[in-house]
Amino acid sequence: MQPFSTHTAVAAPLLKDDVNTDQIAPVLPSRGLKDDHKAMLFYRARRRDDGSENPDFVLNKPQFRNAGILVTGNNFGAGSSRETAVWSMTANNIRVIVAKSFADIYRENCLQNGVLPIVLASDDADAFIARVVQVNGAGPFTVDLVAQRISGPGGPDVAFAIPAADRTRLLEGLDDIGLTLKHMAEIKQWEQRAAAAQPWLQAAKDSR
Amino acid sequence: MPRTLFDKIWESHLVGRRADGRDLLYIDRHVLHELHAHHGFAQLEKQGRPIRRADLTFAVQDHTVATKAGRDDNTNPSGAAFLKAMRDGTRKAGIKLFDIDDPDQGISHVVAPELGIVLPGATHAVPDSHASTVGGVGALAFGVGTSEMTHILATQVMAMKRPKSMRARLEGKLGAHVSAKDVALRLIAELGVAGGRGYVVEYAGAAVRAMPIEQRMTLCNLNIEMGGRSGFVAPDDTTFAWLAGRPYLPQGELWDRALAHWRTLKSDDDATFDRDVALDCGTLEPQITWGTDPSQVVGISGRVPEPAALDASRRPAAEGAFAYMDLKPGTPLAGLPVNRVFIGSCTNSRLPDLEVAAAVVRGRKVADGVVAMVVPGSSTVKREAEAAGLDRVFRAAGFFWGESGCSMCAGGNGDRGLPGERCVSTTNRNFENRQGPKVRTHLASPATAAATAIAGRIADVRQLLAGAA
Repeated sequence: MQPFSTHTAVAAPLLKDDVNTDQIAPVLPSRGLKDDHKAMLFYRARRRDDGSENPDFVLNKPQFRNAGILVTGNNFGAGSSRETAVWSMTANNIRVIVAKSFADIYRENCLQNGVLPIVLASDDADAFIARVVQVNGAGPFTVDLVAQRISGPGGPDVAFAIPAADRTRLLEGLDDIGLTLKHMAEIKQWEQRAAAAQPWLQAAKDSR
Repeated sequence: MPRTLFDKIWESHLVGRRADGRDLLYIDRHVLHELHAHHGFAQLEKQGRPIRRADLTFAVQDHTVATKAGRDDNTNPSGAAFLKAMRDGTRKAGIKLFDIDDPDQGISHVVAPELGIVLPGATHAVPDSHASTVGGVGALAFGVGTSEMTHILATQVMAMKRPKSMRARLEGKLGAHVSAKDVALRLIAELGVAGGRGYVVEYAGAAVRAMPIEQRMTLCNLNIEMGGRSGFVAPDDTTFAWLAGRPYLPQGELWDRALAHWRTLKSDDDATFDRDVALDCGTLEPQITWGTDPSQVVGISGRVPEPAALDASRRPAAEGAFAYMDLKPGTPLAGLPVNRVFIGSCTNSRLPDLEVAAAVVRGRKVADGVVAMVVPGSSTVKREAEAAGLDRVFRAAGFFWGESGCSMCAGGNGDRGLPGERCVSTTNRNFENRQGPKVRTHLASPATAAATAIAGRIADVRQLLAGAA
């Protein structure tokens, strides 16, 4: 996984709650094994009914075309577990999402892909959203995971909290499977205990 | 110290704690589907890592399969590559695949309990957010992303922070033609689409105890629609009777031992939950969504709400939903003309769902101009329904009767509505564009969907049936 330490980019405001994964990365009829994740991001919201570009959608506005930070409301990433909803962010170099809250599975998927999910308390989030709207893409923000601060135009630095383990994982770009494989002895011991105590858990065979 | 059933299952599956503070939870059964599995196979091959427990891993073709009779890989052209990649990957790994033509094929969440692949008190993972459907038999199930799926393939454990516990006590006796779907929609309406975020929910109370297993699965299926991490019903005699004889369960003496253990699976009487909610279901009428998220729900005799009647935090979403759904506040739901009705999906495609719908449809005709579909949740459900003559009931009424799969739930197999159509659907998400671009989805129970197909308008099944009496 690509490590994350700092990220400097324009911040785009997506002023909605409950943005769901069907909106972020819709299932398209043309889907294949190797999807174009860059094009997938907000595919429908980016277009008008006739297929032409929707100039009103935030990421289509000239000042936000290269936005690398998304600022949004409550429960971002609700819905399905599809990881394309995060891959479509990284494909567009969006590596920070600032929200009031995240859906559980979406937040996990962010951590798996080097995307920093920042949760700001509701008041701080409202103030930061207002600032991002005010700045309107005029200059980039820098998100520093080492210092746990967001700096940029229009105001003082904003501190953010993140569980220490999640921070380390992003900073070091840790291989999640590798971390767990260090515990293989414990996994095998668990399996031996289960096989003795509840043998039905360790075997799944068709009896027909 | 008194413990919840969630505590007990969690603690009995705890393998260890990683350096980063995450718990390692053993996964007893892992079920894959074709949309995501190929990523995991490719990733592990690249890393040179083997699949650890192919014998505890199963795979289905469900999201992209066509529903037309005589289907093959190419009936839905965009599915062919996924089906082939799944076939190749599972063959190489030695994973049992329920392929497109297998008699046991179907939607993962329908197939796994039907075959006895999931067990009470066992942990279960699926790279799909509706994994907790199998909580209906008392399993603790997690929906996971692609990376976590790959992690489980390589290790057979999940690395996660322990969620909090919630109890949802659903009390009262459900009225006629009211089912788990209506209960779940009402609960989501009360708690909101993020009300369960961070929680594993134990569904308890008299209404749940009285539900047959298929309805418990419907209830647990919709847990994610209020943001819940997992949801389950503690197993009881109804569960054990339902499970008995299913092919992948322990047999003979081992069944007796397992059963003795499963009988101990309950929360202690004085266990406390991080959150406790209650809902009286005794006066509930059939429910239906009016908007574009599963919390925008009213009773079938209700109206699209006035913004002033909504909590301020819910108004912006409501305004968007009025426009998308082409509905004005104050409009009654019953009577709205519909173009399409879909009965199926991991939410409501099991045999009793189809029996309920068929009982409404029998001797009637689908209204002119309405496209109505029934897609059984598994090939087994389909065979059983056909043995009971349900296919003939549906076909005689003018329904399409399909081969099993996820179908129009997310339209991943090409089954979609047309722009602007209004659709009553027994599925789980009424998100914008999910069932096709610009399709307006109303979520409801199989009974309500069936009554709507007949009436050609959103209908109260109780009135339709009373009118006939």
